[in-house]
Amino acid sequence: MATTVTGEELLTLYGQMAVIRRTEKAAHDLFLSGLVKGTTHLAAGHEAIAVGASAALRDDDYVFATYRGHHHALARGATPEECLAELMSRATGLCKAKGGSMHLTKASAGMLGSYAIVGAHLPMAVGAAWSARLRGTDQLAVAFFGDGATNIGAFHEALNLAAVWRLPVLFVCENNLYMEYTAIADVTAVPRPAADRAPAYGIPGEVVDGNDVVLVQEAVQRLARRARAGDGPAVLEAETYRHYGHSRADPATYRPAEEVERWLKHDPLDLARGRLHVLGVPAEAVTAADERATEVVRAAVEAAKAAPAPDPAEALTEVWADGGAAWRT
Amino acid sequence: MADLMVPQEASEQRRITYREAVAEGIAREMRRDPAVVCLGEDIGEAGGVFKTTAGLFKEFGPGRVWDTPISEQAIVGAAMGAAMTGMRPVAEIMFSDFLACCWDYLANEIPKVRYMTGGQVTVPLVVRTANGGGLGFGAQHSQATENWAFTVPGLKIAAPSTPADVIGMMAAAIRSDDPVVFFEHKGLFASKGPPAPPDHVVELGQAAVVREGADITLVALASMVPLALTAAERLAREGIDAEVVDLRCLVPLDVGTVLASLEKTSRLTIVEENPYQGGWGATLVSVVADEGFGLLDAPVRRVAGECVPLPFADALEERVIPTVDKVVTAVRDLAAY
Repeated sequence: MATTVTGEELLTLYGQMAVIRRTEKAAHDLFLSGLVKGTTHLAAGHEAIAVGASAALRDDDYVFATYRGHHHALARGATPEECLAELMSRATGLCKAKGGSMHLTKASAGMLGSYAIVGAHLPMAVGAAWSARLRGTDQLAVAFFGDGATNIGAFHEALNLAAVWRLPVLFVCENNLYMEYTAIADVTAVPRPAADRAPAYGIPGEVVDGNDVVLVQEAVQRLARRARAGDGPAVLEAETYRHYGHSRADPATYRPAEEVERWLKHDPLDLARGRLHVLGVPAEAVTAADERATEVVRAAVEAAKAAPAPDPAEALTEVWADGGAAWRT
Repeated sequence: MADLMVPQEASEQRRITYREAVAEGIAREMRRDPAVVCLGEDIGEAGGVFKTTAGLFKEFGPGRVWDTPISEQAIVGAAMGAAMTGMRPVAEIMFSDFLACCWDYLANEIPKVRYMTGGQVTVPLVVRTANGGGLGFGAQHSQATENWAFTVPGLKIAAPSTPADVIGMMAAAIRSDDPVVFFEHKGLFASKGPPAPPDHVVELGQAAVVREGADITLVALASMVPLALTAAERLAREGIDAEVVDLRCLVPLDVGTVLASLEKTSRLTIVEENPYQGGWGATLVSVVADEGFGLLDAPVRRVAGECVPLPFADALEERVIPTVDKVVTAVRDLAAY
């Protein structure tokens, strides 16, 4: 368990995870109180993957995520207020309330979108990495996706193209054991749905404890270094667990009680707290981080609630780059 | 004899084929802007299955012209990612029928990302594809699919009918900050026309009146334009003077030019290769009915493809897609109305 992370660094990562956890709880509560419409796909339980990976990336790297992408947007620099305002259909939302929960995007922070068609964004990440190569930078592109995406054609097309063009792209699978409502193992020919397929494309496929923020950070650091050096793409399969169901309508009763209990005991925040203790970070500092997170999210909820609804005229803007939506003369 | 040869050669040099115009149009933009890159199946040293990228690999090399595996989702998805991050990719999907293999990108990803991110992301890419029938390629390599794209808000749609327009519209498409689906018609690749002058740009959304007439307006797109012109010549011999409008683009749709023509002619026939069911002509007719009803002295006719898969045999294919005879018959009936 020897790592290079310092107590101070880990406390920062812990604070980010604490903010994400509370933001997801707020989203859940706001949904139940009727202030968030549509649906949400909460990522509580997956925090260590977003935060650990982001800590290993540069500000100018590119990130692409799925419809379960709140944690990636937050880890990449979107504020809880922007995200919650988007979920609550407010004009101040991250995407001006045109995207919603499934499309959180903060392009200025390299968070190039959350995509709600399973697997669709993997080729886009390949394209962003290709673009980095074409422009002569050493930027990296990262695609975060769920285990379910590994059975989509775009996953295989993306891995192959990234491999044959030797592009700096990391495919990070958040394997939470369930493809929506179905156990991934029941519908997949190999036990590690992402990592086991990587060798078929001649690229490394690693598995990591996705609930341990330090191990995720180290794995992404290692694979990112390799990709930036020109050694091509890699697959990282991060094992994790959803605390909520697939979406807001899903109580996830299909999951065995003992499995849920086992994974809840392997909580990313608890694991990080244990590491902070070992690193000698005082308990008061951790408590203070928790309190700060609670306050940030409380203030975000209030600010989002107070924000105005979007102007209906906005519905007819921003289809085209000139800002408009005209399709005819 | 020698002095006669010179003008003949010069005359020949002044005409280029539609397929040459595709490569020339792309090359001009690649020379102008280093952000323009090409990707697609067999487009490199092979020059494309229709030879529409001939010469590009030799001039620009493997760093600008990238051969891909047969992976339509990866081609268009990667083009999208590159377009989002500073490049201007030109992706080839070999036959337009294969757009269905990457339809998610055309329908869900590329046209929506700008809108659903609140304007944060632009996608300046071109998807080029060989469209349409007339060559006996059978049901899965012959469809006119521009009406598929026409159903999706957020895509611009170009479909040139002449070599000069190919070059001018390619320039506009590649320079566009919006995604453009560029339909090159297979039936026109061997056709010839005057070359495009240097820096030729035909802005998207500007229809062209390619034959002036007083009695009826024929609106056509891509390979239907020369077909409509041929029909117009035959009709002229019968004393019917048809105006032919080359729509050039479906989005933006130049309704203004169509209405202006109807002010002169008061009669409209639309010639479209795609099936009548769901064809772009239906939308154009509905706009005309809405905004130009008072201009009309007769019902509107659509000469469109039949609602069947494209058959293989020439005799069958001809029965299914518009022909000069079908256009002449429709116009003759309408002129007598």
